[in-house]
Amino acid sequence: MSVLVFVELDEGTLKASSLEAVYYGSKVAEKLNTSVTAIALGEASQDALAQAGRFGAQKVLHASNAQLNEGNTVAYASAVAEAANQEGSTVIVLAKSSLGDAMAARLAGKLKAGLAANVIDLPDLSNGFRVKRSIYTGKAFAYTELTADKKILAIKKNTLTPEESDATAPVETFQPTLNEADFGTIKVTNVEKATGDVLLPEADLVVSAGRGLKGPENWGIVEDLAQALGAATACSKPVSDLDWRPHHEHVGQTGIKVSPNLYIACGISGAIQHLAGVNSSKVIVVINKDPEAPFFKSADYGIVGDVFDVLPRLTKAVKEGV
Amino acid sequence: MKILVCVTSVPDTTTKITFTDNNTKLNKAGVQFITGPYDDYALSRAVELKEQTGGTVTVLNVGEADAEPVIRKCLAIGADDAIRVNADPTDAYFVAEQIAAIAKENQYDLIMMGRETIDYNGGQVHGIVGEMLGIPSISPVMKLAISGNTAQITREIEGGKEELEANLPLVLGCQEPIADWKIPNMRGIMSARTKPLKVVEPTGTDKLTQVASYELPAPRGACKMIPADEAETLIKLLRTEAKVL
Repeated sequence: MSVLVFVELDEGTLKASSLEAVYYGSKVAEKLNTSVTAIALGEASQDALAQAGRFGAQKVLHASNAQLNEGNTVAYASAVAEAANQEGSTVIVLAKSSLGDAMAARLAGKLKAGLAANVIDLPDLSNGFRVKRSIYTGKAFAYTELTADKKILAIKKNTLTPEESDATAPVETFQPTLNEADFGTIKVTNVEKATGDVLLPEADLVVSAGRGLKGPENWGIVEDLAQALGAATACSKPVSDLDWRPHHEHVGQTGIKVSPNLYIACGISGAIQHLAGVNSSKVIVVINKDPEAPFFKSADYGIVGDVFDVLPRLTKAVKEGV
Repeated sequence: MKILVCVTSVPDTTTKITFTDNNTKLNKAGVQFITGPYDDYALSRAVELKEQTGGTVTVLNVGEADAEPVIRKCLAIGADDAIRVNADPTDAYFVAEQIAAIAKENQYDLIMMGRETIDYNGGQVHGIVGEMLGIPSISPVMKLAISGNTAQITREIEGGKEELEANLPLVLGCQEPIADWKIPNMRGIMSARTKPLKVVEPTGTDKLTQVASYELPAPRGACKMIPADEAETLIKLLRTEAKVL
């Protein structure tokens, strides 16, 4: 028995969500009185891999094959399943992400493992293996019993606040059996990625705006505040439907679900579908000129005012270090 | 081309969720059930592909009898026939196994479904089905074109999108804007009544997860209102009181 954590690499470092997964995995291992191993796939520096040790991994397995740089989920799942078998891992932890979701599913199919997604707390082992997970897009929680021998937990951001130590973990070379056929099945022909922005699912701070901004030409005031805070920008569904902002910024029941420390909603009335995607944020701020906007009922702080007046003032205050 | 579209029957997106029986069951009283919004996108694109290239669209639901109005609506939108696996769909692996069993029998070129259901939000079934069938699974798919045996796909990734090519057969988890939702017309509604809906029993597999109980989130405290002409105070409070900056 051991815990295995799959970690994702992002331009040479481990993604923040993966470091949280490592920390989570180390806490699960403590509860199970066993060890925790991290596994990274693709080329990475020793410095990058060492981060896993500081967040609780006792060992890091590294498959450095360049073929694994592209995140081919079929090959990835095979490699992680092989590592799980080698380590005798009965619990596999991943961070919820585009790659993590795909991996978790393929792994569950491969290992016949019970899978809980959107896990938001450590497992309760007092009576079986029970986890709390977010369902109905944050409108409810389910206490889910994992009854299979092998268990996969895909954790939501901000499940735990990771603590960094100065511990180190040995990095061992891992050589998975790679099936050449797996690499021919899907060919990536083009990638378009916003550069320099804080990625929304990973963001601790999010500034989001809705139709109250009146048009895409006005987004500058949203971006200015986000930039001053080091936040990601997001939008409501009508805004993405109108093509004012790209779909990957749409937050809500049918868009991205976020759970940042701070969610600032500007000119968003707060339909139940929008709220569902953001209600696990630690602190919610709502700025709207309509005092009857339903979002105020779900907010921690509110300002009834015109976003065109309020946002520049907030940006100025952040820059001046108020 | 043979397309299988897997759909779920879920509470309407505006539903306020509550539970009964000591928080062990969803309170279905007064709740309107709809096709999973993401599944609606998958179905709409499948019907468009059928119209363009010919072939068939079969709708599959793993669910109990109360899901049939949702299945009929899918038939009214343009699916040719439907299969319902008579079971309560609470475990992703179990649901995937039912889909894979039907897929093995019928050899579909495409197996499409929503990127996730809006009840359990697992987003896992397409990947498990792909693994069970030994074929690629791709999600979330925003754009899909087929030429010959090849699919051209645009997939959303964090902060952007990725264009891919893959050979059929494939399993796809879909989302907007892959197609516009279709609304059934009267002719479709009438013809849906006579289209075949086959009910089959599930293949016997133990579920690997089960929900012991449900819980609602604790309500947030009262909202602290800040006058607009003192907006700067908000930043101060976020630093000193909420400690999130």
